[in-house]
Amino acid sequence: MSTSTFEALELRGVGRTFGGHEALKGLDLTVRRGEFIALLGPSGCGKSTALNCIAGLLPLTHGEIVAGDRRVDTLPPEKRGFGMVFQSYALFPHLTVERNVAFGLQMQGVPRHEQKQRVKDAIAMVKLEEHATKLPGQLSGGQQQRVAIARAIVLEPSLVLMDEPLSNLDAKLRLDMRAEIRRLHQSLGLTTIYVTHDQEEALSMADRLVVLRDGRTQQIGTPAELYDHPANWHVADFMGYRNLLDGTVTQIAGDTATVNLGSFELHGHVAGPLAASARVRVAIRPDDVVVTASAADAIDGNAIKATPSVVEYHGREFSVTALTDDGLRLNVKAATAPVQGEPATFTVRAERALVFPEELA
Amino acid sequence: MTAVTMTRAGAERSSASLKHRLAERGIDSSLLLLLPALLFSLVLFVYPFAYGLGLSFQPSGAIQQEFGGGFFANYVAFFKDPFIFDSVWLTLRLALPTALINVVGAVPVALVLRRKFRGKRLLSSILVLPITLGTVLTAQGLLIFAGRQGWLNRALMGIGLIDQPIQFVNNYLGVMLSLIISGFPFAFLLVSSYLSGIDPSLDAAGRTLGAGWWNRFRRITLPLLAPGLATTFILTFVLAFSVFPSARLVGNPNGSTRVLALMAYRSFGEQNDYTMASTIAVMMGACELVFIALVLAWRSSFYKGSTGGKG
Repeated sequence: MSTSTFEALELRGVGRTFGGHEALKGLDLTVRRGEFIALLGPSGCGKSTALNCIAGLLPLTHGEIVAGDRRVDTLPPEKRGFGMVFQSYALFPHLTVERNVAFGLQMQGVPRHEQKQRVKDAIAMVKLEEHATKLPGQLSGGQQQRVAIARAIVLEPSLVLMDEPLSNLDAKLRLDMRAEIRRLHQSLGLTTIYVTHDQEEALSMADRLVVLRDGRTQQIGTPAELYDHPANWHVADFMGYRNLLDGTVTQIAGDTATVNLGSFELHGHVAGPLAASARVRVAIRPDDVVVTASAADAIDGNAIKATPSVVEYHGREFSVTALTDDGLRLNVKAATAPVQGEPATFTVRAERALVFPEELA
Repeated sequence: MTAVTMTRAGAERSSASLKHRLAERGIDSSLLLLLPALLFSLVLFVYPFAYGLGLSFQPSGAIQQEFGGGFFANYVAFFKDPFIFDSVWLTLRLALPTALINVVGAVPVALVLRRKFRGKRLLSSILVLPITLGTVLTAQGLLIFAGRQGWLNRALMGIGLIDQPIQFVNNYLGVMLSLIISGFPFAFLLVSSYLSGIDPSLDAAGRTLGAGWWNRFRRITLPLLAPGLATTFILTFVLAFSVFPSARLVGNPNGSTRVLALMAYRSFGEQNDYTMASTIAVMMGACELVFIALVLAWRSSFYKGSTGGKG
C-alpha cells in the first residue's frame, strides 16, 4: 500500500469519452504538494469525471497521470493511495463511526494499537468523539460528512479528492464545514482537489481554480486572477459577472473598446481578441454598477438609462434589477434603494466592463 | 395560539364528528376496498385451513388403535411411524441444500449482472426464463435431456468424460436439479433487487480505502446483503420443501425422494385417510415455520437499516 508523497501530481492531456461523448478533454494540470485546487463548473462540465479519473474509479481514455515519478493512471484505485470524500458520504451504514474510520487502516494492515490511536486522533480532529460508537444513520448530515472526511484523512493520503462534499448540507452548515475543511487541509498539510459548482466555495477555499465547461478547461488560476481577469465570458459568468450584454464593437482604441448595445453605447476593457464590428459580450459585475444623478456625471461616458423593476433588500445593500428601454436586464448592487419604476441612470467604469468575443475558444 | 387551543380542546373532549374522529384513526370507507381480499382469504385459506386442522384431530379408528393418543392419534402416528417421520428428513435433505445452492449460486451471478456489459439483458432473460416453465414441463424436459439415453449423457460419453451413463433422473439428483431450475430464477431476481438497493458508491469508497474485491465483498456488500439473502433463502426453502410434482416425476417417490407432500397425497389418495393427510399437511407447515423462525432469528442479528441505494 502506498501513501508515498509526491512533489507534484501531473495530469497530462487527461480525457474521458463515454460512447463518443467527450466528458473530459485534454485536461493539463500540475498540482503541487500542499495545494488546494478547486475544479469548478456547472453540472455536466466534466469536473466529477476528472475527479473519478484521478481516483481511478473511471479509466482514462486519453492522457496520463503522474504522481512524482510514478505513473498512477494505470493503477487500480485501491493501489493509488488517494483519499476520497463522496458527495453522498458513502459511509458504510453497518459499521460504527470508529469502524468506518478504521476500515482503511485495516486494509493496510496497520497494527491494532496504532489503528486505535490513529482512529481516535482522526475522530478528534473532526470533533466527533462523543459519536464514535454510533452508526452513520444516527448522525446528522454534517456529522456524516465529517466522518467521511476523517475516514479519508486517517490514511494520511498523498492526495485528498472531494466530490461536492458540502452540496447536501444546509447553507449555514456549509459555511462552517468550508472553514473546517480548509483548517484540516492546512493543519495536516494535505494536498486537496475539490470539486464544486459553487464559485463562492471555490474562491474562498482554493489556492487555485480550474474552471471547466463541456469537458474543456476554460481557465486555471488563483481566485484573484479568475475574479478580476476571467479568460472568457463563460468564466466571467461563473465568477459572478451577472450582467452579460450582447453587442457589436464599433471602435477599438488601445485597451478600450466601444460597444454598441442597441439603444446606447458602452466603453469597456478589451478582454480578448477583438476585431472592429465583431459580435461581443460585455460582462459587468453587479457591484461595479453605480447609480448616478444624471448622464453628465457618468464615469467614462458610460450612461445606462434603465428603470428599476425589482428591488431586493440584502441587509447591507440592495439588489436591483433594472430594465433598459429595449428590454436589456441590468443587475445592480446599490447602497441606497432606487425608487422602483422611476427611470434612473446607471454607470460603470470602462475598465470594469469586460468586453469578450462572443465565440468561446 | 391556535395549536394551543386545539390541543386543549382535544384533551377535554373532541368536538369533531364521530366520522371525523374515526377517520383520524384510519377508519373510513376506503377500508371497503379490503373486502374482496378478506373474502378470498376467508374462503380460500382460513376456512380450508381450519377445516384441515380440525380433520387432523379426528383420527381414523385404525390409527387410534395402532398408536393411541385419542384426538392426537394422527400426530402420535406422525412421529412414531418411521415410514412417515423419515419423510421429514428426506424432505429436508432435499430442500435445505437446494435452497442453499440457489442462494449461494445467485449471489455471484447477480454481482456480475450488476455491471454493464453487452448482452447483459439477454443473459438475465435466459436466467429468468425457467420461471415460465411449469414444474411438469421441467420434469419432462429433464427426463428427456438428462435420462440414460438423453443428450447430456450421450454428450458426456461422446467427449470421453464418462464411460457409463450417469443416473441424473429418477433419483435425488433429478429432483434437486428440477428444484434448482425452478428455484434459481427466483433467488436470482430477489438477490438482484436486494443488490440494487446497495449504493454503488460504497464499493467505490471501499476501493479508495485500499480494499481489494474480496474484502469489499466480505466486509461491505455481504453484510448489507445478508438480510436479503436470509429472506431469499426462506422463500426458496419453502418452495423446495413443498415439492411434489418433480419428486414424483423425476425422483424416486418410493425411496430417496419420498417427500412430505407425497406422503400426504398417499394418505389421501391411496389410503383414503383424509385426516392423516391433513395431519401431514399441518406438520409440513409446522416444519417450514420452524426453519423460517430459525433463519429469522439469525437474520435479526444483521444490520438491517438503510443501505444507501435506491431500494
